[in-house]
Amino acid sequence: MPLIKNGAEIEDTWSFVADDADLPSSGCVTVPLAKLIDDADGILARNQQIGVRLSPADDPHELTPFLDRIALIEIDFPKYVDGRGYSQAQLLRRRLGYTGELRAVGHVLRDQILYMNRSGFDAYQTSRANLANVLKALEEYSAFYQPAADGQTSVFSRRHAKG
Amino acid sequence: MYRYDEFDAQIVKERVDQFRSQVERRLSGDILEDEFKPLRLQNGVYLQLHAYMLRVAIPYGQLNAARMRKLAKVARDYDRGYGHMTTRQNIQYNWVALKDIPDVLEELAEVEMHAIQTSGNCIRNVTSDHFAGATKDEIMDPRPWCEIIRQWSTFHPEFAFLPRKFKIAVTAAEHDRAAIRVHDIGLHMRERDGVVGFEVHVGGGQGRTPIIAAMVNEFVPESEILDYLEAIMRVYNRFGRRDNKYKARIKILVTETGPEEFTRLVEEEYAAQQTSEKIALPEAEIDRINAYFAPPAFEDKTETSAAFERAKTADPAFANWAKVNLHPHKVAGYTSVTISLKPIAGLAGDATDSQMMVMAHLAERYGFDDIRVTHAQNVVLPHIALDDLYEVYRELAAAGLATANESLITDMIVCPGLDYCNLANARSIPVGQEIQKVFADPAYEQDIGKLHINISGCINACGHHHVGHIGILGVDRKGEEYYQVSLGGRADEKATVGQIIGKALRYEEVPSAVKTIVDTYRDLRTSQDEKFIDTVERLGVEPFQEAIYATD
Repeated sequence: MPLIKNGAEIEDTWSFVADDADLPSSGCVTVPLAKLIDDADGILARNQQIGVRLSPADDPHELTPFLDRIALIEIDFPKYVDGRGYSQAQLLRRRLGYTGELRAVGHVLRDQILYMNRSGFDAYQTSRANLANVLKALEEYSAFYQPAADGQTSVFSRRHAKG
Repeated sequence: MYRYDEFDAQIVKERVDQFRSQVERRLSGDILEDEFKPLRLQNGVYLQLHAYMLRVAIPYGQLNAARMRKLAKVARDYDRGYGHMTTRQNIQYNWVALKDIPDVLEELAEVEMHAIQTSGNCIRNVTSDHFAGATKDEIMDPRPWCEIIRQWSTFHPEFAFLPRKFKIAVTAAEHDRAAIRVHDIGLHMRERDGVVGFEVHVGGGQGRTPIIAAMVNEFVPESEILDYLEAIMRVYNRFGRRDNKYKARIKILVTETGPEEFTRLVEEEYAAQQTSEKIALPEAEIDRINAYFAPPAFEDKTETSAAFERAKTADPAFANWAKVNLHPHKVAGYTSVTISLKPIAGLAGDATDSQMMVMAHLAERYGFDDIRVTHAQNVVLPHIALDDLYEVYRELAAAGLATANESLITDMIVCPGLDYCNLANARSIPVGQEIQKVFADPAYEQDIGKLHINISGCINACGHHHVGHIGILGVDRKGEEYYQVSLGGRADEKATVGQIIGKALRYEEVPSAVKTIVDTYRDLRTSQDEKFIDTVERLGVEPFQEAIYATD
């Protein structure tokens, strides 16, 4: 499935391994949060890059001990109307200090990508939006009232910036 | 009134462009209807029984003449010549074509209006006291904070796909006219040791499960309120139920978690916020927004007006209207005028384009260019000099806008019901009209005094029947319309959910049942000073039940 990151469509080198499946011996893999927690020492000691996929009900705080050892966090949107992933992203970026790749997967649509970007996502796995559309979506607004995980200065503050 | 600066104007312009592109992509089939739905909803576009409906935001109910004239123009050019004021202080157009909506939004943007977040599972239009800035009984003007909350919640990236819709109301008056205890968040402005702050109520609501909000914090200082709201919203977004749309409002989360545990979760989330996560609203920004709501240049006047007194003596109809439709103003010689949109046997909350033009003219000529929409679906001119009142009245009367029934029994909240809405089980408008006819005699109606009848055509409670002094709910019984009557509900500072008094009544039984209830009250009240709601509170519903059902 197409993957868009940093303004470009890139090749996706990651694969997802479900709860009941075995990890392949090599390659970059993401696993469900519960699977990681079950055997964190074993999984993180493997000679391959490990990432985590969060489901909407997962608590990002549970990732705290592993954040410096995982290379990718995917946040799953099984249905795009389920907005829990936005809070997970903001928590990871702003409270827990995660700086690695934060990828939206699942039902990822063009018109939600700006909100995702503002919440801290920097990569989008989507079959429903092409690169040109995603780039357009990210430019639809030039000002934002509230601060968020994208680090943009809020309108509240811009109004009173000196100089 | 708040005026857009370059940022506000730019954001609204960009919204118009964005929605235009979304509509084009929908019409070309690029976006599926299912995926378009939340996009159009967050722009106030509903698919109704007969057509698309557009709900335009009127933040905290505030308009001026230019905006009202634009609303009239939209009604004339794109609808069938009228608009419908809603219980959330917005206006709805029932007959707009989808392809025209981007043009409508562009026209609205010219007068600093929009339809952003007037629907969908996001933070909706912030509502407030329609007498804000004018009434004697407020400790300050709540509108600046409504505006700050409006801006903060606009396109908030974390809270655009909540479990369900989210409504915030703010009041600063002892008598709560904003119904804050039946909102998802209700804020009551307080002052403590010279610091402005908010009493925070969470989890009120109507719908299928009416609940009065729990107080989660007695006082949050204004410097912290947005961060506190963020904490509440995050707890709701993460933990609110998403498995069942009828259990998805925050009231269910508060109830199922328990108010104490819910409060603990909010406090925990709030305490965990790091400095870098705070909104850090500059004090200068609070001052900037406050400045827009400075009182207009009132003239020095005496409490009474000779012209007003003369006109009352000369014109009994005017005297009668003035007795009912005025609200005390904080400045001597001024008053707040309610323009009733509830003529007998009319359509509750509807105004024609020419009526809107009249209201705009009056606001400009006599009312410091200030107009409000009320949650009871009326319009208010908040600052009218008593000296000018007769002129105002005569123009209103000529436009069919001088119905003297503010807060009386014929001033009902009525949802669109089965005549318009695809959720409804029963008609609301005609049952309201039939009741109005019973009480059309002004002397009878005024003898009854303040009494709120609220009518909903289905369990979703858009007509606020749970909090009507008399609530009427339409239900479907094997294809036949029936109506459940409840008593004792109220939405003010003593907010209570009404109690159902017995088996549902047939359509044609409702008006006489209401008359029986009202006449029972007139027999039982201690004096004419005891309002209907107070009699029900004192005696309970039994005497009324007996009066209606005993003969069965």
